[in-house]
Amino acid sequence: MDFASAQVIGAGLAAIGVGAAAIGVGNVFGSFLESALRNPAAADGQQGRLFIGFAAAELLGLIAFAVAMIILYAR
Amino acid sequence: MVAESGKIDPMHQFLIEPLFGRDWAIAGQNIAFTNSALWMVVTLAALMLFMLGGMKRELVPGRWQAMVESFTGFISGMMATNIGPEGKKFTPYVFSLFMFILIANIMGMMPVGVVGLHPFAVTSHLTVTGLLAILSFSIVLVVGFWRHGFHFFSLFVPHGTPVYMIPLIFVIELFSFLIRPFSLGLRLFVAMTAGHILMKVLAGFVINGVNAGALTVAIVSIPSFILMIGITLLELLVCAIQAYVFALLTSLYLNDAINLH
Repeated sequence: MDFASAQVIGAGLAAIGVGAAAIGVGNVFGSFLESALRNPAAADGQQGRLFIGFAAAELLGLIAFAVAMIILYAR
Repeated sequence: MVAESGKIDPMHQFLIEPLFGRDWAIAGQNIAFTNSALWMVVTLAALMLFMLGGMKRELVPGRWQAMVESFTGFISGMMATNIGPEGKKFTPYVFSLFMFILIANIMGMMPVGVVGLHPFAVTSHLTVTGLLAILSFSIVLVVGFWRHGFHFFSLFVPHGTPVYMIPLIFVIELFSFLIRPFSLGLRLFVAMTAGHILMKVLAGFVINGVNAGALTVAIVSIPSFILMIGITLLELLVCAIQAYVFALLTSLYLNDAINLH
């Protein structure tokens, strides 16, 4: 296999991490909504923590994207 | 035809090129006025216009003043809930950070391409976001050591840690502390870069599909265009969320430095 094809396949494999982060972000918002509907009075006070969890989950997906870009444009 | 087709080059939009002053230099370093600098100036001008329009201090706020006050109230409320009364001193810094990032993100999304100009997202470069992150991190360090001296290191040993676990916990907490400026800068930079690449790739699908004929217009261009409208709305949301997350995390890190757990 030549370098260019291996590069594209590697970048594609690295992009799987973005999908995994999508599961994480879905979990964060899903769990928040589930518990916010149980106790709507407490939901507004937890919005900061919601976005912290979202930011942490999203960062890992974005790192997977950065790795994919590094592989794709490697010389 | 709309534009020439060809291979999609989504990275070209991030190219920094000097506009004038190519031979300006300080100590051998080129300091030409680039498109990045131009869009920072545009961001600053928009921010000043927005703030000055709403700082008339009328007793009964008009529409504009209510808009500005909702932003300032949002940030000062965030500082009050996350840090407490001590956070009031840092509200101007976090507010400037939030507004600069928000307006820089939105300026990068402006459709000025229709009149032939190239919008440039300032925050899609690690140099800019990294500098903002280092600024936040330095303020946290300075405030922490100023207020607590070497007692600041107790941040790395949570309450109730067994004595034999202290060396391990200290190293882990120290690393998680030192990684903060990287994660802070990298998050904003990659989120903006990824969004702009995605939109450019979809725009390339639309243009290439239009150029290839009537069949590809129906099965490629139109679905891509509809998807692109949705992605643009999502990106506007991401612009606001990333600015909010940056300001929120800065306030949380400041809380660590001020209140030490």
